[in-house]
Amino acid sequence: MKPARKQRLILIGLMVLGASLATAFALKSFNDNLMYFFPPTDVVEGKAPKDALFRLGGMVIKGSVERPDKGMMVRFKLTDFNKEVTVEYTGILPDLFREGQGIVAHGRLNAQGVFIAEEVLAKHDENYMPPEVKATLKNPANSPAGQAQ
Amino acid sequence: MFLVPDSVVRFFHRMASPPHFYAFSERLMPWLVVLFLLLTVTGLYGGLYLAPPDYQQGDSYRIIYIHVPAAWMSLFIYVVMAIAGAIGLIWRIKLAEIVMISSASVGASFTFIALVTGSLWGKPMWGTWWVWDARLTSELILLFLYLGIIGLYGAIDDKRTASKAVAILALVGVVNIPIIHYSVEWWNTLHQGPTVAKMDKPSIHVSMLTPLLLMALAFKVYYAIALILQARVELLQRERNSQWVKTKAVEEGGL
Repeated sequence: MKPARKQRLILIGLMVLGASLATAFALKSFNDNLMYFFPPTDVVEGKAPKDALFRLGGMVIKGSVERPDKGMMVRFKLTDFNKEVTVEYTGILPDLFREGQGIVAHGRLNAQGVFIAEEVLAKHDENYMPPEVKATLKNPANSPAGQAQ
Repeated sequence: MFLVPDSVVRFFHRMASPPHFYAFSERLMPWLVVLFLLLTVTGLYGGLYLAPPDYQQGDSYRIIYIHVPAAWMSLFIYVVMAIAGAIGLIWRIKLAEIVMISSASVGASFTFIALVTGSLWGKPMWGTWWVWDARLTSELILLFLYLGIIGLYGAIDDKRTASKAVAILALVGVVNIPIIHYSVEWWNTLHQGPTVAKMDKPSIHVSMLTPLLLMALAFKVYYAIALILQARVELLQRERNSQWVKTKAVEEGGL
């Protein structure tokens, strides 16, 4: 390689490296702000904002969804498999909302430590499969591995 | 060169010559179009007809056959553009500059498609058109990078100077690419994690994955077609005073 070209190659390499380092430091310092939601553990440990709106994300615990006064108000528990937070929401839930599904709620904590949600979004997971496969997974007796046992 | 066969080196040397690229791309085009049509038809037939509905989303998930390949292409084209930009800066090859700038509008279109289809899917599934989470925001920044590159190139009259400026912008913007890809792992996002591009085996059933990969290939071939068409126009504009373009114009246009 001719010296002039080599010099330009090194220069470009340094430029990209510099830009990456600057971005890495910037992202590191804004790390908390880039989190879209707080997990229940942070809320229970008091790391989430007390008197401000924030987002809470977690898995809806199976069997925890109830409508206490048979109205629009829904109460359910969210978990990150470590701590739990009770959420109350009045309104229409998205299509993918169901027990065992991840969701993100936007709202604030009340004095009793219950999260009063103003908005609930479903968080889809990365699994795609036909309904028959899902049915087989739920019922291990039907799967080839289950029969072998 | 390092361990590259002579024939490959010769191929790239010849391709860097504008008249040769112009003639070669003309011969290649019909093959690419046939390949693109085959892949798209089989991919869409497989994705929209043969593939089963999803256990949770029903038929709504089928938007991944457009959304995911478009999002992959938005990243892939940016990397191609930045590499072409670096080659243009280091070796001052005119054709590399042309590949770089011709990629920008194709990449911007794919980014736009990925954002729009994602938004259309997000409304029924998540319950919102748009959220400012790390994945969506970084992909939006990618669209602005593409638009900035197109704008900067248009703003400078001397196209050799414009190419240098654009190449530097493209290379700095490359830091955004790993951020987009890893955003769903580094931070809590509403967007789901990777399904196909991960170390583990893909968490998608094979009957749904095959059409997705076919569509991804179809989009790659489409990029090649759009890139070549754009590059040929750009090449003729830049070389309009050269002898080979004048000869070509006389032969084909009867000037």
